[in-house]
Amino acid sequence: MIEVSDLRKTYRNGVRALDGLSFAVEHGTIFALLGPNGAGKSTTVKILTTLSRADGGEARVAGLDVVRDADRVRRSIGVVGQKPGLDPEGTGRENLEMQAELYGIAGAARRERVDELLDRFGLADAAGRIARTYSGGMQRRLDVALGLVNRPKVLFLDEPTTGLDPEARAELWHEIERLARDEEMTILLTTHYLEEADRLASRLVIVDRGRVVAEGSPDALKSELRGDTVQVELVETRNGDAEAAVRHLPGLSELTLDGRVLRARVDNGAAAIPSLITALERDGLRVASATIARPSLDDVYLRHAGRSFGQADAGTAEVAA
Amino acid sequence: MTALRHTNQVALRYIRALLRQPAWIGISIVQPVIWLLLFGALFKRTADIPGFTGGSYIEFLTPGVVVMLAVSSAGWVGMAFIDDINRGTMDRLLVSPIWRGALNLGSVAQSVLTIAIQSVIVIALSLAVGARFHDGVAGVAVLVLTASLLGAVFASLSNGVAVLTRKRETLIGIVTMVTLPLVFLSSALMEQNLLPGWIRWVARFNPVNWAAEAGRSASATHADWGLVATRTGFLLLLLLASAVFATRAFNAYQRSI
Repeated sequence: MIEVSDLRKTYRNGVRALDGLSFAVEHGTIFALLGPNGAGKSTTVKILTTLSRADGGEARVAGLDVVRDADRVRRSIGVVGQKPGLDPEGTGRENLEMQAELYGIAGAARRERVDELLDRFGLADAAGRIARTYSGGMQRRLDVALGLVNRPKVLFLDEPTTGLDPEARAELWHEIERLARDEEMTILLTTHYLEEADRLASRLVIVDRGRVVAEGSPDALKSELRGDTVQVELVETRNGDAEAAVRHLPGLSELTLDGRVLRARVDNGAAAIPSLITALERDGLRVASATIARPSLDDVYLRHAGRSFGQADAGTAEVAA
Repeated sequence: MTALRHTNQVALRYIRALLRQPAWIGISIVQPVIWLLLFGALFKRTADIPGFTGGSYIEFLTPGVVVMLAVSSAGWVGMAFIDDINRGTMDRLLVSPIWRGALNLGSVAQSVLTIAIQSVIVIALSLAVGARFHDGVAGVAVLVLTASLLGAVFASLSNGVAVLTRKRETLIGIVTMVTLPLVFLSSALMEQNLLPGWIRWVARFNPVNWAAEAGRSASATHADWGLVATRTGFLLLLLLASAVFATRAFNAYQRSI
């Protein structure tokens, strides 16, 4: 349903957003682009939705080339952008009505479709209110409703739950799952929440610096990693000491120190913790806590991108600032 | 047909927003009213200068002020585009199958409606302080029409600049820098044959002057319909060019994101 091959884009300010990105999405599935801020996820969505253009490579959506067949692509897709796309000075109903007209839905069909969406997204009572006065969750729901007016075959959701409270997020997750299941919609979503990709997507790609670094189902990606992650939080750090103190221990891999948190991959977490703590304390590094975790997508990211998710996010924030 | 329907939708959206804050029309008309009343009083004796062919100065000034309000009112139209772009509303419209020209033309329609209302207010006020227009309702209607046409040109330019720069400060800077000089380099405030030679020469290429000449000829003095027709023609051509510019600006925007 979506085929992307070797997409490249460099912005005029020299930032290389996409560096040969490729992936494919099957009909009726939820597919996630997972990556930190600045990985190129939004750029990919902009290109696939005909908003922006790639410098190189090819992309097809619903069997149509996004450049040559832009207008037909636009008719087949729904887009919920990162920024709210609604008109804050119009009512919920007016927003939906205008969107319907732009897709050639008029008259009785328009009324029916608008009422149906207002109902489904719990906005019927607020339909006559100016969207500016809606709560954050209501605005997001209206935004998603706007993306569905034309009954798209492919729905793009760019960071759909960013900024939502946990309740609104769970509600939206539920709706997204329902769309893929009941309406056989193909959904591509971008997220930098690992648990969002884990919960929703049947397949995902991890994107880092404009490239795909890993691809597969969340479970398959996690099971590629043998063993456990142990995580030791230190009371204080002395530069480099913590890694040096434990490096000689057998069976330890992917050792990283992130602030006061030391992480490592081991075959058997429960067996490794005592020797880890002993080694640290022998060097005068006091341990505040220790945890063992089954592999998460965070670990998958760390393994493939070579840095932790938090580091990558913080790193791009620094670049942006 | 699609083009018309889409333009209509965009216009409806902006006009609705305007009607929900009608105070804005009042606020934006304060300045032209001050010009009309204070300038009219201050330069009342201008009518006595040998070579001045209009009737009273306020009769002469009214079409000038109407034209001026059209330029300054239309100049700010691009602000709504900048808000729409920053908010994400424009991106949603651009990924829909909307006819691209509708984005500018719909916004221009709202601007023209605003200008028509403002013009009628200014003209009513000038009638109240004693101005009389020779050609009556028809002449005044042509004045409002030329002012609207000029406004449509400047609204399109404002939209194009807004899409290309996407910064409020830049648009504010350009509008302030362009509006007054264009008004002063025209016969909006002073009789054509009393202008210094170089200004008269520059004014020939100034769209504000085209609108001032046409509007004044149609309303205040005995109409020279040939002059009205040519100036209106120039303005129509310019409108076509500026609407194309505003619509093409979206291509540049989409390439840059």
